[in-house]
Parts: sequence; C-alpha cells; structure tokens
Amino acid sequence: MLKYTLKRLVNALVVLAIIATATWFLMQFLPGSPIQNAEKLTAEQEAQVEAQYNLDKPLPVQYALYMAGLARGDLGNSYLYAGKPVTDVIFERLPVSAFLGVQAILIGLVTGLSLGIISALKQNSILDSGAALLAVLGVSVPDFVIGPLAQYWLGLKLGIFPIAFFESWWHSVLPSLVLATSIAAVVATFTRTEMLEVLGQDYVTLAKSKGLSKLAVVVRHVLRNSMIPLVTILVPLTAALVTGTLIVETIFSIPGIGEQFVRSIFDSDYPVIMGTTLLFAVFFVASYLIQDVLYGVIDPRIRVAGHRA
Amino acid sequence: MANGTTNGTKGGEAVLSVNDLRISFGTHAGEVQAVRGATFDLRQGETLAIVGESGSGKSVAARSIMRLNPEANTIARGGEILFEGEDLLTLPEKRMLDIRGPKIAMVFQDPMTSLDPTMRVGRQITESVKKHLGMTGRRASERAVELLKLVGIPNAEERIRQYPHQFSGGMRQRVVIAIALSCEPNVLIADEPTTALDVTIQAQILELLRDLQERIGTSIILITHDLGVVASVADRVAVMYSGKVVETGTVREIFYQPKMPYTWGLLASIPLLTADSSLELIPIPGSPPDALDPPKGCPFTVRCPYAMKICSEEMPEYTSFSTEHQAACWLHHDMAPKAEPPARIGSRR
Amino acid sequence: METSNRQITFTPELFEPVERSAEEVEKITGPPTSFWSDAWRRLKRNRIAVVAGGLILLVLALAVAGPWLTSYTPFEQVLERQYKTPSLSGFWFGTDQFGRGMFDRVWVGTRVSLYIAALVTIMDIGVGMSYGAISGYYGGKVDNIMQRIVEILVGIPILVVAVLTMLILEPGILSLSIAIGATGWTTSARLIRGQVLRLKEQEFFLASRSLGAGTFRLITKHLLPNVFYIVIITLMYTVPTAVFFEAFLSFIGLGIQPPNASLGALINDGAKQMQQFPHLLIYPAAVLVTITVCFRLLGDGLRDALDPRMRK
Repeated sequence: MLKYTLKRLVNALVVLAIIATATWFLMQFLPGSPIQNAEKLTAEQEAQVEAQYNLDKPLPVQYALYMAGLARGDLGNSYLYAGKPVTDVIFERLPVSAFLGVQAILIGLVTGLSLGIISALKQNSILDSGAALLAVLGVSVPDFVIGPLAQYWLGLKLGIFPIAFFESWWHSVLPSLVLATSIAAVVATFTRTEMLEVLGQDYVTLAKSKGLSKLAVVVRHVLRNSMIPLVTILVPLTAALVTGTLIVETIFSIPGIGEQFVRSIFDSDYPVIMGTTLLFAVFFVASYLIQDVLYGVIDPRIRVAGHRA
Repeated sequence: MANGTTNGTKGGEAVLSVNDLRISFGTHAGEVQAVRGATFDLRQGETLAIVGESGSGKSVAARSIMRLNPEANTIARGGEILFEGEDLLTLPEKRMLDIRGPKIAMVFQDPMTSLDPTMRVGRQITESVKKHLGMTGRRASERAVELLKLVGIPNAEERIRQYPHQFSGGMRQRVVIAIALSCEPNVLIADEPTTALDVTIQAQILELLRDLQERIGTSIILITHDLGVVASVADRVAVMYSGKVVETGTVREIFYQPKMPYTWGLLASIPLLTADSSLELIPIPGSPPDALDPPKGCPFTVRCPYAMKICSEEMPEYTSFSTEHQAACWLHHDMAPKAEPPARIGSRR
Repeated sequence: METSNRQITFTPELFEPVERSAEEVEKITGPPTSFWSDAWRRLKRNRIAVVAGGLILLVLALAVAGPWLTSYTPFEQVLERQYKTPSLSGFWFGTDQFGRGMFDRVWVGTRVSLYIAALVTIMDIGVGMSYGAISGYYGGKVDNIMQRIVEILVGIPILVVAVLTMLILEPGILSLSIAIGATGWTTSARLIRGQVLRLKEQEFFLASRSLGAGTFRLITKHLLPNVFYIVIITLMYTVPTAVFFEAFLSFIGLGIQPPNASLGALINDGAKQMQQFPHLLIYPAAVLVTITVCFRLLGDGLRDALDPRMRK
C-alpha cells in the first residue's frame, strides 16, 4: 500500500514539474514584460528592472532560478501591480473562492447523491426519468448560460438574491447554487450509473436470497460497492469546480481567484496568469493523487495486494 | 429445520409444487414470455434436476420460487407455487423475507461474482444467521466456522476474516453453499452450480452437495444443461423447453426410456463412453423459438424430425407412462404413427 | 402442458408427418442477424436517441444552410437597426449591438464551433488510435515507454493546456482545436491499445500468422467492429466537450474574437447584455445546449445499441 502511494506521488510530482517547465517555456514567447505598464524609462532604469526580474541572465539559469523559486513557493512578481508577489495576489483572494467552492460542493454532493440514488432505486419510473433529465441538463447547460439566466430571473426579476459582489453570506448563495448545478449533475449521473451496475450484480441477488430486507441489502452491499467507483468523480468534479469558479466569479463579480485570473488575461499580466494556472494544475494533480490513494484505501484488493487488481 | 431423517426414504410428500407457472418480462421490445406453463414438484429429500438449453426458462422458473426476479419488469402471468400450504407467488414481500434463507436458499452459477467483494467472507455468512436464527457475535462467528468446515474449507478460523478474492473459484462456490445452508433450509435451489468451474472441481462440488443432502436432508432443485451432471446426482428430472416442461420422470426413465423427441435429441447429442464409435453425435439443428413471439403449438415442432401437422397447431397434452413419468408430445396420441427413438437411445441399457 | 379447455377434433390428416431437412430448420429458426442490422434496430427503438439524432441533423442542416435563408449577411453592420427584438416578419433572432442579424450569426457561429469540434475529434481519433495501435502492436519496451508517457499526459488537465496554448497562439479555429485536443486523445489511445492487445492474444491470430493467411480478414472481422464502436462513442463525447471548451475559452477571453463569431463568443457577448437584450444570449445558448444534450443522449443510445456484449 505504501509502495503504491509513493509511486503515485512521484508520478504527480513529475507531472507538476513538466507543467511548470512548459509554463516557463511558454513565458519566453509572451510579449509582455515588467515594464509594459510603466512610463518611459531610461535605459539604466530598464536594465535595473530587468535585473530585478532576473531577465538579464542566460536562459538555462533563468530556468533553474524559476524552478528553484517554485520549490520555495515563489511565483515571481506581478507585472500589473509592480513588485507585488504573485503569491500575494492569489492568496488574498483564495479564501473567497474556497468558501464559494466548499459551499457549492456540499450542495452539489447532497443533491447529486440523492438524485442519483433515488433514480437508481426507482428505475424507469417518473422519478428516474425526471432525475436523469435534470442530470443531463445540468451537465450540458454550461454555467455561463445558467449564471446570467439565474442572475436575471432570481436576481433582477424576482429580487430574491443580490446579483453581484460579495458583501454578505447571502451574496454567496446564488453563485454557489449556480456552481453546484454542474457538480450535482456530475455526481448524480455517476451515482446512478454505478448503483444500477451494482444492483444488477449477482452478489446483490445473493444478498436478497438470504432474506435480507431491501434496506439492508442497499445499505450493506449496494452502497459500499457503488461508492468505490464514485471516487472516480473526484477528478471531473475538480474540473467542474475550477472551470465553474472562473465563470461564476466573473458573472457575479465575486472577488476570488477566478475573477482575478480572467482579469489578468485581459491585462496581460503574465506572471499572475502563469501563477494561477500553476495553482490550478496543482489542484488537478492533487485530485488525481487523492483519488488514487482513496482507491487504495477503499478497495480491499489493492490494500492487500499492493497494486491495482 | 429440515427433517433430519435420511434413512434412504426419498420421495413421498411434495415439499414444493409448481403448477402451471407463467412468468414474463416487460421490455422495450415487448413482453418476453420466459416461462409459459411449467409444472413440477420437489419431493422430500430428493434431488430434482431441471434440464434445458439456455433460454428454456429454467433459471427464471427457479428464481421465481424465491421471487428473485428483477421487480421492475417481472410479471407473474399465472400459476402458483405451493410451499408449506402457501402460494409463494402471492405472499407479501415481508413474508418472503422469512422464507428466503431459513426455508429456501439458493446457490448461484458464477462464484466469481456471487460474493460481495468488499465484505469479509465470515460476515457474509453471519448476516444470515444473525437475522434468522438470532445468533449474535461470538456464536455467529462460531457458526460461520462450523459451516466453512462443513463445506470442506481448511483453516476455517482464519478464512472467515478473508475477502472473496483471496479464495479460488471452487472455494468460493463452497462459501456460497455454506451461506445457503447456514440456516438449514428445507429446499436448496442450485442454479448451474458447476457450470463455471473446472471439470475436476465440478465433481468435488457435486459430491459435496450429495454429501450435505444426506447429512442435512435438504431437498435440492438442480438446474443444469449438462446431462452428465444429471446422471451423477439427480433422482428425478424435468426437461424444459421454451418455457414449458416437456417431460418429467425418474433419472432412469429419462435416460433409458425417454418419450419425447426433444429429450431424444438431448441424449443423442452427448457422447457415450460405451457407445459404438460408429454412432455419430447428432446436434439438434436450429435454435429455440423467440420468447417474444412464441409459437402457438408445440415449441419444438420446427426442429423436430417427427413433427406432424397437429404439432404446429395445438399444444400437446401430457401422457403418463408411470407414476412419475410424463411427457407432452402428440406422438403418443392414439392416432399418431409409431415413432422409434434414434438408435443411440435404444442402445443404452 | 395444459389440458385444453377447448375441444380439439382429431382427424387423421393432423397426424401426417411434416418433412424438413436440417438446412431448412437452420434457415427457419434463423442464424443471428448481422451485427450492424441488430444494432440499427436496437437504436431505432430508443426513442430518445432517435429524437436527439434528428435534432442534431437539424442543427447541422441549419448550420450549413441557415445564412442562405436570409437576405442579409452575418457581418454587415447597420447601426439603425441595432438591438431589434426577434420577430417572425423581421429578424428571426433579432439583431445585436451593431445591427447584425442574429439568425445568421448564430449559424455561422455554430459552423465555427462545429469545425473546431470536428478537428478536435479527428485529432483525438487519429492520434489516439495510431498511438494506441502502435503501442499495443509492438508491445514490450516500446509499449512500456509509450504507456509511461500517456500516464503523465493524463495527469495534465485540459484546462491548463488550453489556457497556456491560447496565450501564445493567435485565436483561430486551428489554434483552438490544438489547444483543446492536445491531451484528450489519451482515452481512445488506451481503448485501442486494449483492443489490439486482446486481438493479439487470440489463438487464431497466432495460428493464422503462422499460416500466413488472412491477417487482413482478421482485422476487418474482429478488430474493426470494436474499433468502430470506440470511434463512434469517442466522437459522441468529444464533440460536446470541445464545444464546451471553445465556449469557455471565449468566455474568459482566449477564444474567437469579434467580429468573428463562434457559439462561445456569441454567448459571451450575449451574457454581458443579457439584462436588456436577452435574445442575444438565448439563441446561441439554446443551440449550444441542444448540441451538447443531443450528442450526449445519442452517444448513450449508440453505446447501448452497439455494445458488443449486449447482443441478445
């Protein structure tokens, strides 16, 4: 088990290193520079700024400095907010996004699991078709469609929710709900598919043949076996969460890292763009890693044998 | 608790009677008539083999006894299943929960998928005894160990804490049998228990079943398509085709004096060790009828070398040849021409 | 069987034998029909999939022919007629802030989005299949290395690749396709590799290799149906993903730029002006959602119909 975890960890680090390298590499092609927003500077001042940003050193050295910096957690300084470390820019806003995200995940998980379980147990009934339809729509209608629509109907027209900014908890509800739609949809679809698959298995019939009540069969056998593959949604879930956050924060003007990211693209503030992208990459890779490790914990076959069955 | 007496008296009272059972499944494509009037009974202490090709309805019939068919689209179209004075088809589900396990239990075909991969084997056994026999904790575990020993698994005390993937196919099947017998049921239904196993293991499992039957006195329904299995363990046989029982009788009667062309066909298509090597293996040409749209007469007509006009028009009635032996075939009507079974059948003695 | 409750009158003719040869019997009871007709039949029964397929065809037809149906062009800007609301007599989908007819723009935008989706799919299948086939066929060390690479690529999120790529490339159909499709081919590669490996293990493969005969037949009869299945399913799921990503990239400013149109760009525009002029958002959004939903539903239906294990 330990060997397995270590292997996956190493893999994760390799992926991150590659992404970081690719990021740095691409940076070299970008037209922006630290002085793009400053007024005309003398040659001396330019040279000074360049030295500050290490741009006067040979490329391989720059690369090494960059990677070393990353390992320390240094993402360089913003072009836009001259001199301000990218890490500051990002982490100032992280709590807001985290709050929104966690709220959305909770809502999404609960809704999705319920929808999925109900629809699997009551297969082919109206409940099932209804739930399945909701799930397909939730996945197919992007947040940037639901968002503005929700803003319009629930915000403007019906006045239930405020439509922008993050002045109170209530302000976070609508964005979280919108974010939760794709999450719930992903969770519901997976849950339903997994449960249906499990319900059709021989061991479920055997459990029934022991005279166990339907409840006992579902709780003791079906749920546990359905939840294992559910670990696989961790990754698409993270993807939905990240892309959703970007969109929702922009639409609702929430001061989180998503909104910052979109703004930095508009402003060509490349260090911030890169830094945020790297952060997202870390999220994704971490989710892969956690998923793999959880697999190991939950599936007794791996726990005992030390590798995927 | 099953009657423990095993002084060789088999037969006698019927423990389970299936009368004219009709089960269909509703699908997008229409109604699949899986069982179209099956009648057979199971006598005390005996092993009844239900034989047939895949699609003959034997598994569905067996599962119907325990009401294990998928609820969503199973339709009981008629008939009754009598057990201990009640009709199992109409019993409320709550009552069925008391019957599954302590009264009737089942052994499934594929041991690789019949056990919950995420639950320890011991617990899968104790689930049953805890619910039905009221055993708790230590006593239940002891019972699990006893049962594993009973089915011939060594190191039982260690094994109950293991997971199914740590057992081989044959071992897993023994575990399944242990689970089935844990509450000492009167009836055991074994649905192709050896089909997924190697030949050598097959023999062991059949031996085990026979052995357990003698010890505990359970009556067994054995579903199979393998006549070799039938010959080695069955007392009586029911042959099913296209959802109907076409012939029933004792093992000797079926093997030595079969009365229905389908049975002749089945027997003719298996190799005989002692046979004259000039006799060919004759597989039955064609395939069984579509359960969505079954024919109105005898279902075997199309593939039957002895078919007559009436066969495709009307369903044959049963003719009795002895107290046990019945077959449904128009050949036995007074007006039908004499028909001899193929030479191979006659050469068995 | 049952005792008849109607009386049958027995006549001697009824008991005349009916002769049939074994070949006739086989013919009547019928060998299973071919894989494709089976699958087609199964698919037709799935009403949802059929409707979804129909809608897709409709969208495709409109994407091709839509702009021809109107008298104006997608790019002409006539400020006097800006922000007109949709009406049957005037502009069917209304006009935008520059007075451009939305009906045309939506279908032109759909074309662009679908081009991108098509390119991504071709890349996915082309690269994926070749990679997987080579990896599986050669096996051994080559396979090992190739699989290691895939393992790493799988860990790189599409979002990251797409954003990074679009930062340095000029937005356009080709660049967007590359950005979106760069790492997505790993799934089909893995699937194809699995198929090839399975085929290699079949005994008759070895046998016919040694006889020098029919490897071609082998491939066409056994590999192709499975491959076809994989290709179709991949297609059905790649298109909605690609369309979504294109829209997403446009939303954050890295996609198709005005005055060019794509569904994403149009939705982005529309979202900003949604409160006053909802029609600018609703129509492109409706097309996007239709494409996504229908491809998914059809994909599910095809998967059920073509699944080689489900032949009954």
